[in-house]
Amino acid sequence: MIDATLARVMQEDRGRCLAALVARTGDFQRAEDALQEAAASALVHWGRAGLPVNPVAWLLRAALRKAIDGYRRDATLSRHRDAIAVLALEEAADPDPQTIPDDRLRLIFTCCHPALEEKSRIALTLRSLCGLSTAQVAAVFLDAEPTMGQRLSRAKAKIAATRIPFAIPGPEDLADRLNSVLTTVYLIYTAGYAQGPQTGIDLCTEAIFLARLLVQLAPDQPEVEGALALLLLTQARAAARTGPDGQTLPPNRQDRSLWNRVALDEGLALLDRAIARRAPGPFQLKAAIAALHTADKAPDWPQIAALYARLHDLEPTPVIALNHAVALAESGQLAQALAQVQALGPRLDGYQPFHATRADFLARSGDHAAARPEYLRAIALAGSDADRTFLQARLSALK
Amino acid sequence: MKYMCLIYTDPNVTPTMGDKMNQAYFDLNRRMKEAGVMVAGDALHPTSTATSVRLRDGKVETMDGPFAETREHLGGYYIIDCSDLDQALHWAAQIPGAAYGTVEVRPLVVFG
Repeated sequence: MIDATLARVMQEDRGRCLAALVARTGDFQRAEDALQEAAASALVHWGRAGLPVNPVAWLLRAALRKAIDGYRRDATLSRHRDAIAVLALEEAADPDPQTIPDDRLRLIFTCCHPALEEKSRIALTLRSLCGLSTAQVAAVFLDAEPTMGQRLSRAKAKIAATRIPFAIPGPEDLADRLNSVLTTVYLIYTAGYAQGPQTGIDLCTEAIFLARLLVQLAPDQPEVEGALALLLLTQARAAARTGPDGQTLPPNRQDRSLWNRVALDEGLALLDRAIARRAPGPFQLKAAIAALHTADKAPDWPQIAALYARLHDLEPTPVIALNHAVALAESGQLAQALAQVQALGPRLDGYQPFHATRADFLARSGDHAAARPEYLRAIALAGSDADRTFLQARLSALK
Repeated sequence: MKYMCLIYTDPNVTPTMGDKMNQAYFDLNRRMKEAGVMVAGDALHPTSTATSVRLRDGKVETMDGPFAETREHLGGYYIIDCSDLDQALHWAAQIPGAAYGTVEVRPLVVFG
């Protein structure tokens, strides 16, 4: 009972408590240590005296005391006098998580700071805001737990040593920094989409939780709304993406009755709201493309091609050029699409979807001899059985 | 907090230090001083002027040339006093060398 309550609080409210503690100590590691110590002492006290009325408030107050203790233990006490004074005031004020400001937005900007390595941003965000344990974060990356522990420690040490701010960026940096946060959330989603629930952690759900949190904490930001719309519009169709025999289905063969209508409608409404703000950006464009895939009867390919062209202006990456080519081919411009894909060869060699797409375009152009080795390459690179089965079937269909 | 901005550039692709380049650095120095962030800043003579020294078994070994032979050379530095990394990166991005080389930003250690 005590254990279950503590585990639930530490999972659901960890981000909120940690953010409040980082805001007050200005030190990521100290905040985390203090919260951990508070949880340990909760086990003892709650077991003896019963559950407090407000467990989260109890934990926060205990953690503030632990943070003060931590500073007092520190050999360089003189440097921390101001910090202790501030914390003592906070602690005396009897903090109530219901009334203190939610500092999680500041926390996520710190976790996703571009001065940190991309993998560390994802790991810190999962650990700090989603409440995953270090072991769970390690499982996401198929890393050993000590390796992940070291990565998290290094990231926190860099935040402290270089003084990465715990703050919402100013207007001149906001767009870039928000993009870094949204990209981290999106990468968490795509990792979940690619690996499925095999690690026991549903990263797609975690990513949608984070995107919802951002919509709530950073309201009226069209890119944030666009990012949540993108995740919902993708997630809504997830159940339809594989066939009964487990193979990946191309969009035109997916059973639309399996789509989640509620998520779809929410995504479309969010996208409308974002677009009405008239400040387009990459996430809104990606969400708009996802929305066009759900158009009645069939995807609106010419419109999708036009949006990919605009997206490529903002993010000129070879993967977006590849997706643009797919949309062109579906719009009936196969020759142009094939030429565009051939030109991407040097930059996308070894990228499975590139070889699968080139194989498909060559086969559709009637060049089966050239398509065959491309399919074999794509099959060799396939990351899942579903993809392998699909590609194998296409290869067998060649003359 | 003080940050050191180390300006690394490849001499083969770096524009020569003409009047225009000097002016760009002078302008930045002025803006840094006005904002109260400038602590120090200098340009270095090229690595062909470098001499490396080390002490081994109590003996001074002197060698012609830089510590490491790399394509990008340390061409100059700034020390700036900023409130946080964001502010430091904001100034570092304005260093003319950032446009064709790389500026490495590192916090100075505070002892005591």
